[in-house]
Amino acid sequence: MSATTTLKLAPEREARIDDLQRRYPERRATLLHVLWEIQWQLGWIPEEWMVYAAARCGVPVAKVLGVVSFYTMFRRKPMGRYHIEVCRNITCHMLGARKIIEHVEKKFGVQEKEVSACGRWSFEEVECMGACSWAPMMTVNGAYHENLTLEKVDEILDGLK
Amino acid sequence: MTLILTARWQTKDSHTLASYESAGGYEMWKKALGMEPAAITEEVKQSGVRGRGGAGFPTGLKWTFVPQNTGKPVYLCVNADESEPGTNKDREILERDPHMLIEGSLIAARAIRCKTIFFYIRGEFDLAYRRIVTAAEEARRAGHFGQNIHGSGQDVDFIICKGGGAYVCGEETGLISSVEGGRGEPKVKPPFPAVKGAFGCPTIVNNVETLAVVPWVLRHGAAAYKALGTEKSPGTKLFSVSGRVKRPGNYEVPLGYPLKQLLLEDCGGMQDGYTMKAVIPGGSSTPVLPADIALGVNLDYEAMAAVGTMLGSGGIIVIDHTQSMPDLLLVLAHFYSHESCGQCTPCREGTGWAHRILQRINAGEGTAADLKLLESVASQMSGATICALADALVMPIRGFLKHYRSEFEALLRTEVQA
Repeated sequence: MSATTTLKLAPEREARIDDLQRRYPERRATLLHVLWEIQWQLGWIPEEWMVYAAARCGVPVAKVLGVVSFYTMFRRKPMGRYHIEVCRNITCHMLGARKIIEHVEKKFGVQEKEVSACGRWSFEEVECMGACSWAPMMTVNGAYHENLTLEKVDEILDGLK
Repeated sequence: MTLILTARWQTKDSHTLASYESAGGYEMWKKALGMEPAAITEEVKQSGVRGRGGAGFPTGLKWTFVPQNTGKPVYLCVNADESEPGTNKDREILERDPHMLIEGSLIAARAIRCKTIFFYIRGEFDLAYRRIVTAAEEARRAGHFGQNIHGSGQDVDFIICKGGGAYVCGEETGLISSVEGGRGEPKVKPPFPAVKGAFGCPTIVNNVETLAVVPWVLRHGAAAYKALGTEKSPGTKLFSVSGRVKRPGNYEVPLGYPLKQLLLEDCGGMQDGYTMKAVIPGGSSTPVLPADIALGVNLDYEAMAAVGTMLGSGGIIVIDHTQSMPDLLLVLAHFYSHESCGQCTPCREGTGWAHRILQRINAGEGTAADLKLLESVASQMSGATICALADALVMPIRGFLKHYRSEFEALLRTEVQA
């Protein structure tokens, strides 16, 4: 089944996709680029936008869903205004990640991959982010925060509007 | 001590084009544009540079595997999908000297007659991603890539691909699947990517650290590079040290450097109140060494193999005396089962089984039969899959049990006879 859509991304996003589709040997290979543009614009990837991605790349919608579900960073539901990710892998684990995870869960009353009632917070445990030498670490909306202590976590999160 | 990769890390604004060019940046690219591709490959081959992503395969030799005159385009994929737990070296190259990496990639592209470089960077990287995007834009404007580069008549395009968060995309065929816009599922080899890779065309996949040394090799010559390190492991390498040492971080040392000197002198030894129990020397998938063995080994491919482990990615994880080995192995089993792409049954099921067995053992609910089962699962996973992800868990399981079996046994529940 070939997908059709009337949706359009912001003009500069459409232009970037057009440019890449000219440079790639195959249009369908730009799927990850298209998915990132959708997520950057909307914060997540709603189903109708998967249809858009399918149409834009000339692939079946099922393929898009397969790709979206394969990668941990593509979101199939909206997250909080501040999305916190705490690394749970080996060095962070040795240096206190579990305490940070419990602290964040308690602080906002949120379970993993859930959004707080006020919509401001969501959090997720993640695997190694490449910050082991500066463990433990977390990200807030993608920005790295390293060498954490519980006090530093509070300072960072309480400083957000 | 000669520094290649980190030479400019302390320079102000080392990540900018102006800084890089003021230190002679892109001169080697201009030189390479006038060289025969085979001559570039030969220089890199003679230098003895080996792949720094983990496997240690000779880089120049890999480039010679690209068949000539197939009529198909040739692709270069830069593997900046650094995600082996314990490793953060490529990230710092990306952040501090992205132009050196771009120049190395362009020279490599010329060596294999590639006109499109896919620069695949892991999706989570934040500053590193912004730095490479900005650097690529600067390099494009300066005419270092694009069409008719510096009047040479040659064209090279440079496309940055942002990953979506999947460890398995660091495996070269998984990376290719992702570049092609699909799930990052590894592919059966042979055919090897050099013959049939991205879009069915000859493709070379090289690690960030590998490509970053190429400009230096061209400038100073293969002999100068070969003079560093050991005979079989030439050159320098970046090591990421993590854990409770006083000064964790990335360190560039010549291969063959004593691990003891790196950990006890360069890193300042253990933090006060902590003693060294064990070291995972080359990223989480390499077999663990008890501290006494680790402190007697040198950092090169051969010395590591001699004590039953690997140099791997250079991610040195220092484990202190407060850590429980069964607990750490549980963390790793959780990780590898989470990251299994699910194509191969032994990996998809085996990593999950290992994870659940280790959960039981750590919860005090495991039995002697569970420990045997863990070993059996490990042997059934090993060598039975498309890529090395299953073995990336088998190696730590075997290493942890070889040296710390008693810690696992101490957690087992005693079977009560009915």
